[in-house]
This record gives sequence, structure tokens and C-alpha cells, in this order.
Amino acid sequence: MTREDYSDVTYMLEIHHPLMARAAKPGQFVIVMSHREGERIPLTIADFDAERGTITLVIQAVGKTTLEMQQTCRAGTSLYGMAGPMGIPSNPGSAKKVICVGGGLGVAPVYPQARALKQNGAYVIGVLGFRNKDLIFWEEKFRAICDELIICTDDGSAGLKGFVTDGINQALENHKDVGEVVAIGPPVMMKASAEATRARGVKTMVSLNPIMVDGTGMCGGCRVKIGDEVKFACVDGPDFDGHKVDFDDLMIRLRRYKEEERVATERWSETCRMRMVDGKVVPLPE
Amino acid sequence: MIKKRTIRSIPQKRTPVRELDPKVRVTNFEEVNCGYTEPEAMLESERCLFCPDPKCIGGCPVSINIPAFIKKIGEKDFRGAYDVITATNLLPAVCGRVCPQENQCEGVCVVGENLEPVAIGRMERFVGDLAIANNWVNLPFIEPAKYRIGIVGSGPAGMACAADMAKAGCDVTVFEAFHLAGGVLRYGIPDFRLPNTVVDAEIEKLEQLGVRFECNTLVGRLFTIEQMIEELGFHAVFIGTGAGYPSMLGIPGDSLNGVLSANELLTRCNLMAARNFPDVDTPLPLGKHVVVVGAGNTAMDALRVCQRLGAEKVTCVYRRSKTECPARAEEVHHAEQEGIEFHWLTNPVEIIDDGAGSVAGMRCIRMELGEPDDSGRRRPLPVKGSEFEIETDQVVFAIGTNANPIIGQTSKLKLNKWGYLETNAELMTSIAGVFAGGDIVTGAATVIEAMGAGRKAARGMKAYLGLRDVGPVNDAATLFGIDLSEHNFNRIRA
Ligand SMILES: Cc1cc2nc3c(=O)[nH]c(=O)nc-3n(C[C@H](O)[C@H](O)[C@H](O)COP(=O)(O)OP(=O)(O)OC[C@H]3O[C@@H](n4cnc5c(N)ncnc54)[C@H](O)[C@@H]3O)c2cc1C
Ligand SMILES: Cc1cc2nc3c(=O)[nH]c(=O)nc-3n(C[C@H](O)[C@H](O)[C@H](O)COP(=O)(O)OP(=O)(O)OC[C@H]3O[C@@H](n4cnc5c(N)ncnc54)[C@H](O)[C@@H]3O)c2cc1C
Ligand code: SF4
Ligand code: SF4
Ligand code: FES
Repeated sequence: MTREDYSDVTYMLEIHHPLMARAAKPGQFVIVMSHREGERIPLTIADFDAERGTITLVIQAVGKTTLEMQQTCRAGTSLYGMAGPMGIPSNPGSAKKVICVGGGLGVAPVYPQARALKQNGAYVIGVLGFRNKDLIFWEEKFRAICDELIICTDDGSAGLKGFVTDGINQALENHKDVGEVVAIGPPVMMKASAEATRARGVKTMVSLNPIMVDGTGMCGGCRVKIGDEVKFACVDGPDFDGHKVDFDDLMIRLRRYKEEERVATERWSETCRMRMVDGKVVPLPE
Repeated sequence: MIKKRTIRSIPQKRTPVRELDPKVRVTNFEEVNCGYTEPEAMLESERCLFCPDPKCIGGCPVSINIPAFIKKIGEKDFRGAYDVITATNLLPAVCGRVCPQENQCEGVCVVGENLEPVAIGRMERFVGDLAIANNWVNLPFIEPAKYRIGIVGSGPAGMACAADMAKAGCDVTVFEAFHLAGGVLRYGIPDFRLPNTVVDAEIEKLEQLGVRFECNTLVGRLFTIEQMIEELGFHAVFIGTGAGYPSMLGIPGDSLNGVLSANELLTRCNLMAARNFPDVDTPLPLGKHVVVVGAGNTAMDALRVCQRLGAEKVTCVYRRSKTECPARAEEVHHAEQEGIEFHWLTNPVEIIDDGAGSVAGMRCIRMELGEPDDSGRRRPLPVKGSEFEIETDQVVFAIGTNANPIIGQTSKLKLNKWGYLETNAELMTSIAGVFAGGDIVTGAATVIEAMGAGRKAARGMKAYLGLRDVGPVNDAATLFGIDLSEHNFNRIRA
């Protein structure tokens, strides 16, 4: 595995798994276990390279597992287990003009979709949202495949000041013939994006990230409400029609293990006597 | 010479088996049923009448020669008993523990017409445990057959097919989506009923036969069934992926936090060891008062797991009566001993929201039994105006599962209208050389039926590949008409 850090909390792992690199398609994800006692966590395949036999993951350190991986996953180490690719690949569709929206960490998983659309001959408009200038990553990668790129920052430190929805509105104003929008990011962002396009009736696909255990359709933990139906995101998704998704339900369900997550993270940082300083994990002062 | 036994001359009472005290066991995950000791097994063996027309064999889905193995136990020839059982059943330590014996072998035992039936399962488990302790394996002479076999899913169906194909000399690889092999035996059935050490031992035996396990491999997505045959060089494939996809009730409130499937609960607890949280990373928050809906084996496991994890009150809600409940009798009995409350003839109609997206209670309705339905069980009907509320903060659904969609999504295999794989009588699917068996063909069933299906598919596979079946050609107990116990011919008869 190789690794690159994009910010204090965001890091990229490139994992050698030739078979999976051949099978992976845009929109799919993997389940990673970093060690034997670890949790199975789902992570989107942000990129794959069949020739080099690698899978790229972009991870945000938010809790016990992702913080611990930030510390232990170094170049040359290996993971205890990685299963996948999971989920139904996204269907690039036949739209001639597409807006690809990535919010925060969602920037990474939207990349392979944008690239596939470009390869299919579509006109691709990228809209990427970050909290501030320092968190921006993969701008060059996107410039290479997008016909237009709009960067938004919450504080205006780079690009357009505002949320991705402002970027979407701007793009929709300039291009009346957009056939489809693909939005990936935190649930609030996907909800807002779906609202922004609903009035104009532009089809919007989102990639849902409920809490998962197995990723094989066996536990039902990842169930989401799509219209009147209950679907399992890991085998029926993760891509769904954003106009049908019940985002409020998703957000409530994501809070399910809040307390336990806090316990695990605190305990971990205590036992490790580590904390984050300037993007590095350092021992706590005695 | 043993005197001919009659129903009057045999020990009238079933030899009891030692069990952990309910008060102690609800605090741990140790196995409840301690199993027979040697004298206990030998005593119980005296209860078999060695019927000339043994009904019990017909009751066992894989037709174990039951009187023959019981006879060996009586003769203290435990290795011989093991050989008789493993001629058809590869997992005696597992089946002896989890078979619903009262509906299978023991349900038709002749002794059971007047007395309690012979404790076939307990004796089988005794032999299976002894085999594990002494590391007995029936390693046949294996002639390499130059065929490569791929097995998808490492549950009992996959394990059984793998063993038979390895014995036929094939190069066998088992692919499993999880990070550990065993299927439901691993992630579903908890340790207090089937310790993981037993599953480990059975898997180790397969490895001794030369079977390789490739975990973390999601077949269908990492490579398809078609690719296994066309590109990866497998000459035949067996699919035993089980019926995992859990059903939800479809009543208001079933997506609230605190509502989960029994599969999720059991997977977190057993496979991910969440009961040791935060020593392991997977959490399993538990309510104070848990309600489990359903009354099959899965429901019993969920109930008893919650009790052990420290819930203050655990309640079972089932729409039919105790007579119709599909769980093994022993499990219901154990659950009752452990203080689980049962609401028979009760159906949930709504799960109540606490206003913040979590469970605050459950509204139920009482049921009564009407005319028998297609399954022959009496159909439960709601009693008007009998609605009432149960206080609860966690609801677990154990109301059955559907076919897992992954193989169907990723291959051209023919499915039936419920999404299960379609097969012919030899268990071959619509693609030549691809076989399937177990829950993914029949829907949720039992361990021994899945195992039987795995073996049947192996027979079909051998026929397809033109391999001769190397299993016993004659009646399992004799070879060329000579009793198998006489196979070391130089022994002098007493
Ligand atoms: C299909 C899918 C794809 C994903 N792709 C990525 C990705 O490419 N990069 C990435 O960094 N993360 C991704 N996630 C989210 C990632 O799985 C979680 O961040 C991770 O499980 C958190 O584990 P933890 O132990 O570090 O944190 P925890 O302590 O478990 O949780 C910390 C915080 O993360 C939230 N969280 C926990 N589990 C999930 C989850 N499954 N989904 C979303 N939020 C969660 C919690 O609500 C909490 O706020 C994806 C999730 C799904 C379902
Ligand atoms: C909680 C519970 C308790 C039970 N109790 C009893 C009992 O007491 N007695 C009894 O007789 N029966 C019991 N059963 C039923 C019994 O366990 C099943 O009928 C039996 O295990 C079915 O075996 P199988 O091999 O078909 O599938 P499974 O045991 O379900 O194994 C299937 C395996 O395939 C894997 N898999 C699925 N899809 C893929 C894929 N695409 N690629 C790779 N691998 C894949 C799964 O991860 C799993 O490990 C119980 C079931 C449950 C859930
Ligand atoms: S395998 Fe099951 S049904 Fe057959 S004899 Fe053993 S316990 Fe009875
Ligand atoms: S039916 Fe009962 S008594 Fe007869 S052979 Fe079988 S186990 Fe023995
Ligand atoms: S993660 Fe278990 S069913 Fe989707």
C-alpha cells in the first residue's frame, strides 16, 4: 500500500489488489477491516487502476477506526481484510451533459463517475465543495477530465463563496440542457442538491452511506427508504434517485451508534495516549 | 450375545444431560448443554431396539445408519461409531447440537411411540466431540483427478460439497465473503449453542483434506460465476450462498433506531464479537427491554443473546401458538428456563416513535387460530379490539429471510419467482457445470439439509465431470458383505 495525506484529517491509501482493480467499476465500495478485532467499515472506491492493480481509497479520520488507520496504515503495511467491490456500479446513463457534484470527502468517489461519463462522450461539469482552501484536493485530477470546473468554499477562501448548491444553481443557469446530476457527499449536502434540482426536474443520482456491517445484504442495517420502498444500500444501491430518498430517515439512522463511537474513540486515544497536532498523531504530554 | 431388547427391557427414562444452571449461564456465553460423558452415552445406547426396519434412518435427511452407530457406542467402539456416522454426515459435532431432532430422526424413533425417543442427537454429538478431541479424520486414499472446483459460500452446504470433491481428488477452493469461514454456523448460531471452536475444528479437517479457503471474496462482484468457468479455470462450481436477506415487517416505525434484524444482532455479537465492546471496535448497543418478533431458531438465539448481554427484560412475540413455533424444542425450553417472557398469539402492528427517531414501545394485537393454511398450520387471525402496548426500547425482527440478490444480479443463472436459484434433480443450475444447494435453493432450512444438498450436488458434479464416486459402493456397514468392523482381518474373534 502507498499513502498520501491531503490534510490533517484526510488521507489517501492506494492498495494493491489486482483482482479487485480489474473488477471495480465507478460507484462501488469496499469493506475494510484493519485488524482482527476491528470494525468492518465501508469505503468508496475513489479510483482504480487495472494495469497497476491498485484500488484507491480516500478516508476522513472521524472516529476510532479511521483515526487508528490514519496512524497504522503506512506504505508497505497491509490490511487484515478488504472485501469487494460491493454494490451495483453506477450506470453512466445516456445524458449528454452532466453535473458531477462532490462535497468534502464526496469529491473522491465522484471522480471515477466523472471520468466514466467523460469517456462516454458526455460534457462534464464538475462542482466541488470544500470548507476552506486548505482542504482542497484532486483539483488537477478533475481539471483533466471536466469540461468546466466550479470550486466552492464555505468561507470563500478559494473559488466561489458558498455551498455546492450555489455551484449547481450557477451551472444550471448557464446550461439549460443538463441531463443529469450526480451528487456525492454528506447526507445534508446530497439532500440540498436534490432539492436544488427537483424544481427543474433534472434527474439526480446520489450515493448513500448508511451504517453497514457485512455489505452483502445479510444484516439489513443499511436499509434506506426510497419512495415507499425499503432498500438495502449495500446490494440494491448505493446509488439511488435523489428525489425519492428519505434523507431525514438516513440522517437519524446514522446517529444510531453515536454514543458507542464516542466511547471507542475516547478509549482509543486514552490507551494510545495520542492526539492530533498539526496533522500528526503525537503522544499526549505527560 | 446381547439379549433381544424390548420396549420393556430397555432403560425407560432418557439419560439426562448435564446443563449449566440457568442463573449462571445467562451471564456468560458458555455452552448450555454439556454433552454426554462416556458412561452416559453408553447407557443411552442401551435404549435403542435395533429395529429390523429402523424408522429413524428415514427421518434423518442424510440417512445416517443410526442403529449401527449406536451399536458401536454400546460396544465402546467409538472410532467405529464415528466411521459409521461420517459415511454420510461430515459434521457430527455440529448436527448433534443443532439438528431439530424432534422433527427428524428422533421424531420417528419407535421407542418414542411409548417412551421418550432414543437421544440420537446427543449420542451423535458425543461421538463428534470425541473425534475432535482425538483428531480423528477419515482421510481416504486420494487419487488426484486434475479438476479444479470452486465453491461459493462456506456454510454447511459449501463445506459438505468441498469435502466430497476433495475426497474425489479435486483441487478445491472455497470462496467466502466474510473474513471468517463457516456461514450461519459462524455468524448466526451463538457460542452457547455451538462453540466457535467446534466450527474451527471442522474447518481444519477440511483443510487437512486439501481444501483451501479464500475469505474476503465476494463472488459475483469480484468475479462472476461465468468468469469462474470461462476465465479462472474452474471445471465446476458449487453455489451455497445461503438465504441471508432479512425481511422487515413492513409496519409503521420499522426503520426507527433500535429496530434491527436478528441477523444484524447476531452478526455483531458472534462474528464481530461486539459483546466484548469496547475491546473490539464493533458496537452493539442494547435496550433495557428487548422485544424479539418471531419464534424460530433465529429468534431463540436473538432472545438468549440479549438476555446474556444484560437486557433487563426480554420478550418474545409470535403470531401463532407454542405448538406451531418452528424452533427446536430444546431451545424454547432453554429460553423459558432462562426467564424469557413469551407472548404467543400476538402480532405487532406498530412500533412507536419516541419523537427523536428511536423506539418507545410496540403496539400489538392478539391473534386466534383459524383454519389450516397451505403449510398445514392453523392460520392466525387478529382478534378485533384486542390491541395493547408493550414497553420496549429495542425491537429485533426474526421473521425469516429472502434470497440474497448478489448472484442473481451478476450472472445469467435462472432464478425462480422468489429469487432462489433453479436447479434440476441433480442440483445443476441453468449453466452447465454450475451446481447449487442449501438455503439459496430451498429457502431457509436446516444445517443437515444444507449439508445433504452439498453432498448431493457433489455427486452430480462427479457425474458431470465423469469421476467415479469413490464412496462406499456397498451398504455402508459392510464391504463385500463383510462387516466393516472386521476390516482388520487378522483380528481373532472372541
Ligand atoms: C457506501 C459507503 C461509502 C463510504 N465511503 C467513504 C469514503 O470513501 N471515505 C470515508 O472516509 N468514509 C466513507 N464512508 C464512511 C465511513 O464508512 C465511516 O466514516 C467509517 O465507518 C467511520 O468509522 P470510525 O470507526 O472511524 O468512526 P465511528 O466512530 O464509527 O463514527 C464517527 C462518525 O462517523 C459516522 N459514521 C459511522 N459509520 C458511518 C458510515 N457507515 N457512514 C457514514 N458515516 C458513518 C458516525 O455517525 C459518526 O459521526 C462510507 C460509508 C458508506 C456506507
Ligand atoms: C440464527 C440462526 C439459527 C439457526 N439455528 C439452526 C438450528 O438450530 N438447527 C438447524 O438445523 N438450522 C438452523 N439454522 C438454519 C441453518 O443454519 C441454515 O439452514 C444453514 O446454515 C444453511 O446453510 P448454507 O450452507 O445454505 O448457507 P449459510 O450457512 O447461510 O452460508 C452461506 C455463506 O455464503 C457466504 N456468501 C453469501 N454470498 C456470497 C458471495 N456472493 N460470495 C461469497 N460468499 C458468499 C455467506 O457469507 C455465508 O458464509 C439457523 C439459522 C440461523 C440464521
Ligand atoms: S444428522 Fe441430524 S437428523 Fe440425522 S441422525 Fe444426526 S441428529 Fe438426527
Ligand atoms: S427407530 Fe429408535 S429404536 Fe429403532 S433403531 Fe432407530 S433409534 Fe433405535
Ligand atoms: S450492510 Fe448488511 S445488509 Fe447492507
